[in-house]
Amino acid sequence: MTASSLRWAKALPLSAKIGLIFVLFWLAVAVFGPMLAPYPVGAFVAYDVFDGMSAQNWLGSDYLGRDVLSRLLSGARYTVGLAAAAALLASATGTALALTAAVGGPKVDEPLSRFMDTLISIPSKILSLVLVAAFGSSLPLLLLIAAVTYVPGNYRIARALAVNLAQMDYVQVARARGEGRFHLALREILPNMIHPLLADFGLRFVFIVLLLSGLSFLGLGVQPPDADLGSLVRENISGLGEGALAILMPAFAIATLTVGVNLLIDGLKGKRA
Amino acid sequence: MAAHSSSNSSSSGVKAVLSLTAKRFASSLLTLFLVSLVIFSIAQLLPGDAAQEALGQSATAEQVEALRHEMGLDRPAPERYANWLSGMVSGDPGQSLVANLPVSEVISSRLPNSLLLAALSALVAVPVALAIGIGSAMNRGGRLDRALNISTLSMVAVPEFLVATLAVLIFSVKLRWLPSIAMVADDMGWGDYLRGAAMPILCLSIVVIAQMARMTRAAVIDQMDRPYVEMAVLKGVSPVRVVLAHIMPNAVAPIVNAMALSLSYLLGGAIIVETIFNYPGLASLMVNAVTSRDMPLLQACAMIFCAAYLILMLIADVTAILANPRLRAQ
Repeated sequence: MTASSLRWAKALPLSAKIGLIFVLFWLAVAVFGPMLAPYPVGAFVAYDVFDGMSAQNWLGSDYLGRDVLSRLLSGARYTVGLAAAAALLASATGTALALTAAVGGPKVDEPLSRFMDTLISIPSKILSLVLVAAFGSSLPLLLLIAAVTYVPGNYRIARALAVNLAQMDYVQVARARGEGRFHLALREILPNMIHPLLADFGLRFVFIVLLLSGLSFLGLGVQPPDADLGSLVRENISGLGEGALAILMPAFAIATLTVGVNLLIDGLKGKRA
Repeated sequence: MAAHSSSNSSSSGVKAVLSLTAKRFASSLLTLFLVSLVIFSIAQLLPGDAAQEALGQSATAEQVEALRHEMGLDRPAPERYANWLSGMVSGDPGQSLVANLPVSEVISSRLPNSLLLAALSALVAVPVALAIGIGSAMNRGGRLDRALNISTLSMVAVPEFLVATLAVLIFSVKLRWLPSIAMVADDMGWGDYLRGAAMPILCLSIVVIAQMARMTRAAVIDQMDRPYVEMAVLKGVSPVRVVLAHIMPNAVAPIVNAMALSLSYLLGGAIIVETIFNYPGLASLMVNAVTSRDMPLLQACAMIFCAAYLILMLIADVTAILANPRLRAQ
């Protein structure tokens, strides 16, 4: 298992390898980061605000004199965790609906597709702003809002794949054999669309990281005392004039995470083609 | 290219294109109507209601009831939806709860600013994106192409506020060339406006250029793989001439399609960029409406953004229809 995944990683193009390293790094930070943090997240540890690097505070201090490294480690968990959960929820819902549409015939497919087309015509930021205004932005709601916003995109891709597969001979044979719709959807169609769906999952993850950190940056996402990477950029915005690490580090953290996932997906696509 | 076919078949081709375009337009209108239904329904799900929200905790039940009546909240939802929709269409989408002004008045003071910002950003973005996209397509697989591919891919993946904060750091803090806040007023001259709005324009263009260049490259490369290009190369046409004389006429429509699609990224980008630079546009107004839960204003802003998005998609689809010679010459 380890040997084969190592071989798989070695065969990737260089840019995808870099992407893979970034992705693994941020996953590790999300899982273990808060345990490694030198200080408690909310503790005031420095006398100066927007300090530079020092032995006590490796990445300096923020606008209240808190340790940037510790806040970054716990912020990454919110960003990665929320986005991964929301992307998973969006992909699972979108794909389940797409399979239902593919095996359910036009009576199910047409109204469902029309509804999804409507949702997809609302730009994702606009839809999520309206949802935040209506429901507020507690953590579970943010997760739900991000998922709802990106279900239609996943549905569109999964439906295109599933409808094509449903026409294939082996699916027709299974149907003629008398297999039920569940069997057709889950055993015949789903296994053959899993690869493109994984790539789509990666893209949804990037979109959701950008959406959530954008919302947090506007002050409409994760609310204090919790902070994701976007909130960290927002709360330290007054340090921009001096180029403080407290604002640059979380911004670069988001960038390396999203660019890493994109490079990885791009490399995988190139490899298959 | 319709000229190649006989006049008779080309007129039926025009008819086919017209009917397809009309169908596409009708479908956009239907979608916009459904979108309004979705947005209205979400706004109705507000926990508590707008009257309670506006008056706060200390209001008596009678006060809330009176305001509910005044705002029309005691009428059934379908009736309120019909009222709201007819108001939107006739240009009077109700009263802003926070500003206490008609929504139309609040929006009309902001909309021109946003349109100007979008137009100027597009003006900067389109030529640059075209150059990058066509340049990297011509150099496909080469060093320049790979470098451009990685950089546009990274720009697409980077949050808008990183672009904006870096731009502020470089141009306002280090170089001190441009103001970090967009100071834009109605009575400004063009020079002052451009200086005040330079940073928002710069950031929005960067966001859009990356998208647009990638789509342009894909559109040109799609043409390069066609047999007629191979033919031209084999008969010894120079690479520059292949691109300009053979590929471009066929790639114009896919490129326009890509432009329209990627201009829709202006809408999302504007929300962050206008807010960061405090630019008095529609997107920052909408963010304020979310913060203050000013639903009538928010609904109207959301509808304007959705309509703009649908118009861009419509342009993209219609160019795709026009580009398809099979449809034109039927």
